[in-house]
Amino acid sequence: MRATDVITSATRNAFRSKLRTTLTVLSLFVGAFTLTLTTALGAGVSDYVTKQVASLSTGDVLLVTPATTTDTTEGPTEYDPDGRQQSSQANPLGGGTLMNDDDLDSIAAIDGVDRVEPIRSISVDWVASSDTSIDTRYELSVNPTSSIGRSDLVAGAQLDQEAEDAQVILPEDYVDALGYEDAGDAIGRTIELGYSGADRSERTTEATVVGVARTSLLASGAGANQALTTEIADAQAVPGQPDAYAVAVAYLTGSGGDGTVTDDDVAGVKVALADADLAGQTVEDQLGVVQTIINGIIGVLSAFAIVALIAASFGIINTLLMSVQERTREIGLMKAMGMSNGRVFGLFSLEAVVIGFLGSALGALAAIGVGSAISSVAAAGPLAALPGLTLLLFDPLSVALVIAAIMLIAFLSGVLPARRAARQHPIESLRYE
Amino acid sequence: MTNPPAPPVLRAVDLTRSYGKGQARFDALRGVSLEIRRGESLAIVGKSGSGKSTLMHLLALLDRPDSGRVEIDGQDVGAASAPAVNRLRNERFGFVFQQFFLTAGQTVLENVSLPLVVAGVAPRERRRRALATLDALGLADKAGNKANDLSGGQKQRVVIARALVNEPDLIFADEPTGNLDTATGHQVEDLLFGLQRERGITLVVVTHDEELAARCDRRITIADGLIVGESDAAASVISEGAGR
Ligand SMILES: Nc1ncnc2c1ncn2[C@@H]1O[C@H](COP(=O)(O)OP(=O)(O)O)[C@@H](O)[C@H]1O
Ligand SMILES: [Mg+2]
Repeated sequence: MRATDVITSATRNAFRSKLRTTLTVLSLFVGAFTLTLTTALGAGVSDYVTKQVASLSTGDVLLVTPATTTDTTEGPTEYDPDGRQQSSQANPLGGGTLMNDDDLDSIAAIDGVDRVEPIRSISVDWVASSDTSIDTRYELSVNPTSSIGRSDLVAGAQLDQEAEDAQVILPEDYVDALGYEDAGDAIGRTIELGYSGADRSERTTEATVVGVARTSLLASGAGANQALTTEIADAQAVPGQPDAYAVAVAYLTGSGGDGTVTDDDVAGVKVALADADLAGQTVEDQLGVVQTIINGIIGVLSAFAIVALIAASFGIINTLLMSVQERTREIGLMKAMGMSNGRVFGLFSLEAVVIGFLGSALGALAAIGVGSAISSVAAAGPLAALPGLTLLLFDPLSVALVIAAIMLIAFLSGVLPARRAARQHPIESLRYE
Repeated sequence: MTNPPAPPVLRAVDLTRSYGKGQARFDALRGVSLEIRRGESLAIVGKSGSGKSTLMHLLALLDRPDSGRVEIDGQDVGAASAPAVNRLRNERFGFVFQQFFLTAGQTVLENVSLPLVVAGVAPRERRRRALATLDALGLADKAGNKANDLSGGQKQRVVIARALVNEPDLIFADEPTGNLDTATGHQVEDLLFGLQRERGITLVVVTHDEELAARCDRRITIADGLIVGESDAAASVISEGAGR
């Protein structure tokens, strides 16, 4: 029997009992649909994270926080007047403990750390343009970690952390509000920032707009360089209180060619930090947390899809066993006419593969259709704040992989019935009444 | 016989075949030897359950004997590989069974093409040969009909067309008229014997129909798995004539 004849017969046989085949295909459809969506979700999120990391991370900084104390067995910790202070406010970036100047010194002393800058949270009350017709004041939040990464720029340049003058990077939606023509127009303009000092006095300062950035998962709010942060933080520091920091940024020196920071460098500094009871995180690590959570959700959804596929595979076995039963005589006849056991096996297992292909291809197509619709609705609505995020990314290769995997499952389900058909003795089949 | 006998196309030597094991063991054939000459028609007759079908299945290489051997053109096929036996059946044998075994949903043409599909003949060639065979059996106009829509006699003619389409030199027919009324049965018999004579096909017919057996060149009678009688049709006519 020719290969093309095996394929056409298998396809025709699959449709001989239309209702039965349709039901089996439907159960595969559910699995394929879900699996295609979950892989697309995974691909969408990890694509976004990868792009963000690529565009935002300078790769040579570590965000250092005090190691979270998890030790609950030894009772209350003894007071140490030179020890770390406890924060009075919850800080999402670090634990409740704050770092002191000793900690900064020990970070700076670590091999592979170039310099260390504490991140000082500042609060700005408003921003206004100094040189356009609009003088409305807008609220502005400054991203405390703006110094560790690069911004995803629409226009302009990154902050110069070592510059003397005060610099800011504005979020994209302030361009219109502050009366600039476009993002490019905002670059180089001066803005006025209003904030309250430690003594509740109202103060203002000026800064230059060096860049306009897109909002991202990692950083929302405006970016301020070290000069501006120091100025405001100094004014907001409560006099007489010792310096304490929730977060510090360690700038690393690289051992790689051209002074690039290698993974080993980062790992080495992390170990040294851990010894000093501190924890270091890269931008990737921070985004990795988000990715881990999403991967967990995707994993659960995929597990459901796989359960559906396992159920479907029993459906295939059942369908084909019935098909073998019904076609006992036909099998016997073909064998009497000289068809080999291998071809009979091929005929039935291919029938399973055809069913698998139908279910998976239809499921994947439906998933792409529905998913693209969801994706564009989500991008316009709830996810509008995260430009660059395609919630569901249908990569042709992974869609093909899902289809291939389901066809493989179908083939494996077909093995038992197909073997039964192949082993049938022609005489027994022809005696069948 | 004045001429030296032609080499037998099929020879069976001391065939035995039993079904089941232990207490349930049943010896369906208990040592059967026979020779079938090229171009002759042989009837295997006997009561129901005597072992006729079992013998035919062994001769047609659809089954293997417990002991004894089957030779085709003097070659022992017991040692042949499964693919070789499959090829032999596909290329040289044609089958007509008691039941039609037509695939109901397929057309007459598709049913008749089956041995060619198994053989791996190209679709165009398949169609040409199947149509030619149907034409020879007066079924050309039914080629596109569903097998299910035919009468019993037409169905059996389709079955014969299917047995002929690969141009076999041996046709095995197990109770070919068992399912047909007398008139249709006669038509089918005429067809089979006509083909046997025209094309020089060797015909092995299993039957318990006395009339059908009488039309064959030779008959062997089986009872309880053993050959109990062997006779030429001509001889039996003579002996009947002499007895009258
Ligand atoms: N697969 C089988 N299992 C058990 N007994 C069988 C089987 N096939 C045939 N027999 C028995 O072998 C004997 C001969 O069967 P068969 O050759 O079909 O007889 P016939 O064709 O002459 O009616 C019968 O008694 C039948 O019951
Ligand atoms: Mg029988």
